[in-house]
Amino acid sequence: MGSEGKRAESSAAEIVFHGVTKRYPGRSAAAVDNLSLRIPAGEICVLVGPSGGGKTTAMKMVNRLIEITEGDILMDGQSVRSLEVIELRRRIGYVIQHVGLFPHMSIADNIATVPRLLGWPKARIHARVRELLELVGLDPVHDPGRYPRQLSGGQQQRVGLARAMAADPAVMLMDEPFGALDPITRDRLQQEFLRLHAEIRKTVIFVTHDIDEAIKMGDRIAILREGGVLAQYDTPDAILANPADDFVARFVGADRSLKRLALKRLSDIELLPVPNGDGSLYPTVAGSTTLRDALSLMLEEGRRELAVVDEVGAVRGLCSVEHVAALLAPEGQQER
Amino acid sequence: MIISAAASAPPVIPNYGGPQGGTHGCIAQNGTFCWDWVKGHWGDILQPRLLEHLEMTAIAVGIGFAIAFAAALLAYRKRWFETPFGVFSAFLYTIPSLALFQLLVPFTGLTMLTIEIGLVGYTLLILFRNILAGLRGVPEDVLEAARGMGLTRRQMLFRVELPLAFPAISAGIRIAVVTTISLATVAAYITPLGLGQPIFNGLQTDFTTEFVATGALAVALAVGADSALVAAQWALTPWARARRTT
Repeated sequence: MGSEGKRAESSAAEIVFHGVTKRYPGRSAAAVDNLSLRIPAGEICVLVGPSGGGKTTAMKMVNRLIEITEGDILMDGQSVRSLEVIELRRRIGYVIQHVGLFPHMSIADNIATVPRLLGWPKARIHARVRELLELVGLDPVHDPGRYPRQLSGGQQQRVGLARAMAADPAVMLMDEPFGALDPITRDRLQQEFLRLHAEIRKTVIFVTHDIDEAIKMGDRIAILREGGVLAQYDTPDAILANPADDFVARFVGADRSLKRLALKRLSDIELLPVPNGDGSLYPTVAGSTTLRDALSLMLEEGRRELAVVDEVGAVRGLCSVEHVAALLAPEGQQER
Repeated sequence: MIISAAASAPPVIPNYGGPQGGTHGCIAQNGTFCWDWVKGHWGDILQPRLLEHLEMTAIAVGIGFAIAFAAALLAYRKRWFETPFGVFSAFLYTIPSLALFQLLVPFTGLTMLTIEIGLVGYTLLILFRNILAGLRGVPEDVLEAARGMGLTRRQMLFRVELPLAFPAISAGIRIAVVTTISLATVAAYITPLGLGQPIFNGLQTDFTTEFVATGALAVALAVGADSALVAAQWALTPWARARRTT
């Protein structure tokens, strides 16, 4: 996970928070307190926590919408404080909950904002706008000339994403980007963003107050508690398996084991051999099913085993209740 | 109403002869409205006064806009400035126009300058309030996105804030133009300029046609100017009338 080199093709920068503290004048308590964490280039780091946890403040110190009081944030080893603020912001994609599209500009002009500020030639901007519209699932023929108010909320946030990615920033900051959408649209955009991210591999700092969204989106999750103190920073699986303290355990919820199971699919685990090679005795389930859904199916069917099938319907092996439970166990201090 | 109709003596209004210097019937009898007089004096009275009126209005709104714009920008950046300028412009607005012109005469004389100072004063409140409301009405999320994308303050102002404030600003300009057109007729009290001059003349000489025609012209000018501004705003804000199509 070296941060050096290969900046040419797909740019992504490592972000390091180094003892970052934010204190607002006239308030004794810190909004963000001595935050240190390292986000490897190309990963999605979700900042999550209750309100007052300073997650948005922490994020906004990266593009200096909020100035750092103490400590430093490094982008590929370079302090964000050493860069000219306007230039820094143009190198960082920024997506916010209420999108903030410019209502007086067409979709194409909205997306072209940063490339224009950077003085790209017209032809390049034009090509880039089309490319991005396609990337975010909009119509590159009819949509560029439309105005934001002509789009649905979900479409607007797609444009917001495209606009943030326009100048191929190394880092993207996303402040509850799907928070204002209805659950179905939100789910679809989350999925699409993950697919998109697999393709573009930007470093993403993603703020949410929703632990389920954090688990779904994050390569890593930083849980901040009130007062802007980092409670735990790890992969979703590790946090769910070993919450650092009561606060984290409560925050991730009593069903954290089920949440962990939702992170894994049957195709990811080692399956048991089918006795006598006859899978027809068991209810079948697709390999793409999550362990959580598989468990739910077992309960529903009143069975202890399921036969896992691949895309063509061939039985791959068995998955049993004990097998699922065993996957949860080895991580250590599980409740009995 | 037509009290002078009884007078049968030739030209009741001596100085208002027809184009050939003749005395047309309705002029001689001072009818309610005499179309011949309008045709005959379009070139030497009505049109020049109309143009003067337009010029006075344009200068007043132009200067008023420049002052109000600068003040609104300052108040937008520095909140403390809003109250003093707001109070100042509201104070100007409340002074009766005739009294204000009279007050200025000792300093600036019976000149166009006196009139313009007065007229500019009356535009400030409306323009200042509307420009400031327009700027303040730009949604916070739009500003945050703009800031986050690395627009400089100047770029934010010209590319985002002013375009979005434009409908409110233009509404202010429309009100200012219409009120100034109406108010500028009073200016003829000070100096014989604009459509107010023939109106006063008509009133002083009891020549009905003259003030009816000129009054109608002032109304037409206001309506025309307002329509032109509406059309300009419509053309400049295609985004504001975009409707969802799919």
